Amino acid sequence: MFRNVAELIELAESKNCKISEIMIQQEMDVTGRSREEVLGFMDRNLRVMEEAVMRGITEDVKSHSGLTGGDGKLLQTYIQSGKSLSGELMLDAVSKAMATNEVNAAMGTICATPTAGSAGVVPGTLFALKEKLNPTREQMIEYLFAAGAFGFVVANNASISGAAGGCQAEVGSATGMAAAAIVELAGGSPSQSAEAMAIALKNMLGLVCDPVAGLVEVPCVKRNAMGASNAIVAADMALAGIVSRIPCDEVIDAMYKIGLSMPSALRETALGGLAATPTGRELEAKIFGIPLNEK
Amino acid sequence: MKYKSVFDIIGPIMIGPSSSHTAGAARIGRVARSLFGRKPKYATISFYGSFAKTYRGHGTDVAIVGGILDYDTFDTRIVDALTIAKQEGIKVKMTAEDAITDHPNTARVIIGDETDRIEVVGISIGGGKIEITELNGFELRLSGNHPALLIVHNDKYGAIAGVANILAKHEINIGHMEVSRKEKGKEALMVIEIDQNADEIIINELNSLPIVQQVVKIHD
Repeated sequence: MFRNVAELIELAESKNCKISEIMIQQEMDVTGRSREEVLGFMDRNLRVMEEAVMRGITEDVKSHSGLTGGDGKLLQTYIQSGKSLSGELMLDAVSKAMATNEVNAAMGTICATPTAGSAGVVPGTLFALKEKLNPTREQMIEYLFAAGAFGFVVANNASISGAAGGCQAEVGSATGMAAAAIVELAGGSPSQSAEAMAIALKNMLGLVCDPVAGLVEVPCVKRNAMGASNAIVAADMALAGIVSRIPCDEVIDAMYKIGLSMPSALRETALGGLAATPTGRELEAKIFGIPLNEK
Repeated sequence: MKYKSVFDIIGPIMIGPSSSHTAGAARIGRVARSLFGRKPKYATISFYGSFAKTYRGHGTDVAIVGGILDYDTFDTRIVDALTIAKQEGIKVKMTAEDAITDHPNTARVIIGDETDRIEVVGISIGGGKIEITELNGFELRLSGNHPALLIVHNDKYGAIAGVANILAKHEINIGHMEVSRKEKGKEALMVIEIDQNADEIIINELNSLPIVQQVVKIHD
């Protein structure tokens, strides 16, 4: 069983196989399930992700609070106009990441990757890349195992909980996971996956969890948008041969320690950051019908 | 390692909006329900830490009641769980506590009816994963990674041997086990994580041991 990214890469290199394959084999070992079962479970997760993405970009999704919904769809219309500056693939990923989180905010059905608040980044990037790289269904399933392998290391060595480690632990982890999986899908090496994860996560360090009114909406939906774009850029950098000066495992460790020193007001309590801005408070008062002075 | 499966990371399939505050809460409620073994008449729920500050926004309230109604994380009935509980005659009381707990996402669930009552403390550690840390005043550490047996018994010699013998006879392997008691010679609790699911025959056999008061099975 791999305990960190270095061991994961070493395993993949020594067996001359993909990271996703290492994760599939470990899952079979740990659970005693057959390859078909394990792949079947992931296929079901993939289906849920696809349904959430499609729902978010085609339906008029709106959360109960009214704070979020419809932005993923809005971005699709903008892409169609042909005027986008950052490019179709990038904005498609951003749109599909937001779409997933908008469905999540509306209490729709999603697959946590690694959490619900960060559920948009991995599928958002995957379903955008699908248009460009035309992966097989099996390759799409492998993408999720590759992302899962890196998430597995983060969850066991740091945290994937916003209440424990801030948004860096949620959208940060998801962004690193997606960056690593993109590299594998695009034909990069296992070590390039690790570089992509390191580069992506480094740029998410310190990100606090400060949801307005405690809802997984503002700023979560747009943080998933930026996470998706960050993941693609980090993957491209790694595929170009750029390496992170700080090794991936040390970045994960830094993320963990930053989380430990983060004040509780910035760890999913809705007491600080954007939640504590005048507008954040006003929205909170309006949504819950509690006068501001009683907060 | 707290997370053992890739599906702890890519998963669970769930109703939004939060894996820790919605899916995790539903799972805590559902463990309480399976420990109680039937539909309760009342539920008293206390939230601590981040749960206390944000439970309305995250749907933690509907999710935990959904769990008590035996709904899984992806059951869309979770959205209407409070209304359904009311229709089914379950009295629900919820409070946000100020007390500081070890983990920021902690919930205490008391459910019961005229004859029985159980008290469960659960923590939601991220990505929908939970741990049960207290049952009826006994401290324990139940990960939910494996099927488990919770056995309430008299704190007397031979209790562990009796239980272990039955499991051995049925070729059930013990992966992790702990025993705790509130007071010497009184009620004690065995928590046994096992590698195979224990069927009804085994449960009945365990229940027939004179030293055993109650056996509860938790599935993988």
